[in-house]
Amino acid sequence: MIDYLREIISGTWSLFVGLGITIRYFFQPVVTVQYPYQTLPMTPRFRGHIELVKDEETGETRCIVCGMCQKACPSNCITVNGEKREGVKGKVLTEYRLDFTKCSLCGLCVESCTPKAITFSKDYNLAGVRKEAYIFDLKKRLEAKNR
Amino acid sequence: MSAFAGSEANETFVLNLGPQHPATHGVLRVKLTMDGEYIVEAEPVLGYIHRMHEKMGENRTWAQFLPNTGRMDYLHALAYNHGYVSVVERAAGIAVPERAEYLRVITAELNRVSSHLLWFGAFILDLGGFSPLLYAFDDREHILDLLESVTGSRLTYCYFRFGGVYNDIDDNFVAGTQAFIKRLRGRMPMYHNLVTKNIILMTRLKEIGPISAEMCRKYGATGPVCRGSGINFDVRKHEPYSIYPEFDFDVPVYEQGDSMARYMVRMDEIEQSLRIIEQALDKLPEGPVMADKVPKILKPAKGDYYHAVETARGSFGVRVVSDGSNTPYRLKLRSPTFSNLSLFGEACRGMLLPDALALMGSLDLVIPEIDR
Repeated sequence: MIDYLREIISGTWSLFVGLGITIRYFFQPVVTVQYPYQTLPMTPRFRGHIELVKDEETGETRCIVCGMCQKACPSNCITVNGEKREGVKGKVLTEYRLDFTKCSLCGLCVESCTPKAITFSKDYNLAGVRKEAYIFDLKKRLEAKNR
Repeated sequence: MSAFAGSEANETFVLNLGPQHPATHGVLRVKLTMDGEYIVEAEPVLGYIHRMHEKMGENRTWAQFLPNTGRMDYLHALAYNHGYVSVVERAAGIAVPERAEYLRVITAELNRVSSHLLWFGAFILDLGGFSPLLYAFDDREHILDLLESVTGSRLTYCYFRFGGVYNDIDDNFVAGTQAFIKRLRGRMPMYHNLVTKNIILMTRLKEIGPISAEMCRKYGATGPVCRGSGINFDVRKHEPYSIYPEFDFDVPVYEQGDSMARYMVRMDEIEQSLRIIEQALDKLPEGPVMADKVPKILKPAKGDYYHAVETARGSFGVRVVSDGSNTPYRLKLRSPTFSNLSLFGEACRGMLLPDALALMGSLDLVIPEIDR
């Protein structure tokens, strides 16, 4: 009988302790960010979709069309095309297509790139209504950025 | 547990729990044969999120399977990463630099804490309490920020590589982790006052959903489920891998075998993980984070290799069979939740439906990992 009463009292007390904690937290500063009115800066290592790096000397891409990223990709979402041009050593990049619908952002392509021609973008606000909106031509994106 | 009041007429009905049900936390279907509010038979039906991870592994190169490991158990992705890279390193004979092993342990343990915090919130949510989830997510957010700053992603990390880790940590990460350990230690008494000592939680969990040690052995249950039933088994301690033997930590074991015991095991494990991280940060050696001379195209020697790691849910084992080519011949993944769920049918026989849901929550199910 005494144990029973003791359990009721301690049990009721435990509820008040819990209420006290929630009330205390109610008056503490808000921890959430009011997205989209407020945003946080992305960390330097944030892995967004990939993009081509602009070479500071030439202003062009550093890509040498070796196709290592294409081979490293687990989901086959990279297609690299290049052509031989007269007077230019090696191949010249004509198209760098990224099918972002299949990308799992693992970063194996960036790691495999010897001339360090690709990097992660900081884009995270991606939204679209068509699948085609996520098939990026990274060369065109770089050219648009250069303009 | 209340007594099973079977009706004379033996009339039963079938109740489908899931595949879209908030309490199953994913696409798990449990076919329940009910006698009133009591469960006569429970049969988990799997396969709703099967993605053939094992077969995918056999169809791509060794490195290309790395991102898949994080997609199995998205709550403790780094441990799954760890299991896979370890077995391939064993097969290919790659030695990992010491600093890389430390980084693996630090990040995997941080990830374990975040997994337990999420389980804590979701479990209390299953039982009807909403506020603890928000507090747990507040703490978990700090871990995600820390891991994002070093790995680059917030959930499905692909941080470990054969022979080391993707990139090194900086001083901000070390300082941030130390601050986080202090913060979480300060918050644990709050969690215990708010939840553990709460009379409603105690009456819903104590002596509810008993799982005997015998049942755990029969179904191969591991992790907090078996430690809550008095079996002292933790892969980190009993089949040590990586640099776990260098750290001083305890394996929390509770004898009761009820839902409360499993709850307490996980809450104690958070504290033990913080201890491991603290020691690892103190001892953190200098040096490279990647082994040199890791071949670009990996072709491990012919053979059969197995490696198990302790994840937040139990022992996760990877078995690979190599035929000497650049793809695995066979890849077998032993997932802990699959075994832990298997005992549910036997354990919940004769239980009230809400008690069975509490038992299911205490098993800490991650459905994509059951189906793989």
